[in-house]
Amino acid sequence: MNIDLSVSVGSLKLKNPVILASGTVGYGNEISNLTDLSRLGAIVTKSLSLKPRRGNPPQRIIETASGMLNAIGLANVGVEEFVREKIPFLSQIDSAIICNIAASSIEEYVECVRILTNEETIKAFEINISCPNVKEGGLIFGHDLKSIGRITELTKAASTKPVIIKLSPNVYDIASYAKVVRQEGGDAVSAVNTLVGTSFNIYTRKPKLFNVTGGLSGPAIKPVALAKVLEISRNVDIPIIGIGGITCWQDAVEFMIAGASAIQLGTVNFIDPNAGIKIIQGLSDYCVKMAITNLKDITASYQI
Amino acid sequence: MLITNAIITQIIELGNSTFLIKIHSPETALKAKPGQFCNIKVSESIFPLLRRPFSICDVEGEYLYFMFKVQGEGTKLLAHRKTGETLDVLGPLGNGFNVECDYETAVFVAGGLGSAPFPFVTRQIPSDKKIFSFVGGRSAKDVITYNLKNIIVSTDDGSLGFKGNVIELLQENIHQLTSSKIKLFGCGPTVMLRSLKEFALSNNFECEISTECAMACGFGICQGCPIEAIDKDGYYLVCKDGPVFDVKKVVI
Repeated sequence: MNIDLSVSVGSLKLKNPVILASGTVGYGNEISNLTDLSRLGAIVTKSLSLKPRRGNPPQRIIETASGMLNAIGLANVGVEEFVREKIPFLSQIDSAIICNIAASSIEEYVECVRILTNEETIKAFEINISCPNVKEGGLIFGHDLKSIGRITELTKAASTKPVIIKLSPNVYDIASYAKVVRQEGGDAVSAVNTLVGTSFNIYTRKPKLFNVTGGLSGPAIKPVALAKVLEISRNVDIPIIGIGGITCWQDAVEFMIAGASAIQLGTVNFIDPNAGIKIIQGLSDYCVKMAITNLKDITASYQI
Repeated sequence: MLITNAIITQIIELGNSTFLIKIHSPETALKAKPGQFCNIKVSESIFPLLRRPFSICDVEGEYLYFMFKVQGEGTKLLAHRKTGETLDVLGPLGNGFNVECDYETAVFVAGGLGSAPFPFVTRQIPSDKKIFSFVGGRSAKDVITYNLKNIIVSTDDGSLGFKGNVIELLQENIHQLTSSKIKLFGCGPTVMLRSLKEFALSNNFECEISTECAMACGFGICQGCPIEAIDKDGYYLVCKDGPVFDVKKVVI
């Protein structure tokens, strides 16, 4: 039986729906020692800002029940070094390279996209408007419909490449955010970024994270993420990349049934850097078992 | 670095909730350098979620040893693993101690579980060099001297050896060693490493320390383990740039 695992996220064609999420794959080089990146549908590079960012002081991560909190603070090399030092390696990888942008102002988002759109290696942009771990930028846009609309509109105008907006789950009505992205011409949404959380040391009564709060990820958030994907899927006609606590192929199938055209793996890459390859195999086996010839047919196939 | 399903061949209790776990992992053993670590999945289930970093305690042929103290849920599970079971081991990771450089006497300074990397370092120090191991603990039961050479001990409460901390012990004894060119190798709690750094800088001794930080991946992608750099702007990552650093390069 010939199984077709290829999917489309708007105009972005992927050989399979498995994408490694931003911030969990660096710029590809370290993890390439432990997995074959060229077999994946796509990888999303670590959030880039126009200038390099040092990130937050320690402690940046805490393990929690079935998850982890992180407050990295968008540590990154900046656009210039990315183009000079990281693109050459990424250009060797035979999967779609999606470049994630995180900025402190609307102008900075646009400037990053304007510079990077000339790079042939980059096949799409993912706009991070939902990082909970830096004061300026991130969530102040992510929870403001007007800003999201404006960022979508202006980044689309700055590039002919697909623009994906990564949404925050820390909102009451996520569908209305996806609706704005669609109205302003965004190609897709990634749902969801991390959930805001915190943790205290009970002896010192101090927060364990330097940043006080961080973003919760891992299996702990999967049901929440899945419900957000479903909510968007039922209310807005826009391609969705599902993300949140996926660790195995069964999770990936669940997200696709709920409405995702593709899925991203995040925290699991820290534990099993080869999880993506195992999930691709699992998806293929599932298709055989269920007599599905085109995996993309299961997207939004929920029976409710 | 690679991921192997190593076989647990022995679990040895050293006392005071401290254990040695011996695994068979030929590829990892072959590549390991003293001071490097492995990031280990202690259980086969999703709990606990993250791997746990352990410094490589010793290497014998195709076998590796890790030393750990039962402190949380992860180490408790590891202590209950059985011989013959497989253990998911990612490693060797990071940069270890530089044992080949120009010195005549290696001086190890270890506090508590900080003794962990030194059996392997001892084995790898070139045979023309002398070794002294200064080992400290809160009290006698906290002093770990497993597979070390020329051991000098201190305890905070005086229950064994010199009464005081290991840096005070080092200060008391250093004049006997300085007829040769020495290099300090430190591993232990942050306060100890901080004192060791001051001691090394004020005496102009070469010194490398093994640092620690909470981490997720262990190989540079999560960016979770920063340590402030002195010789450049920003941070190094403990996992990828360390865990061993020259004291002149990092803020402790």
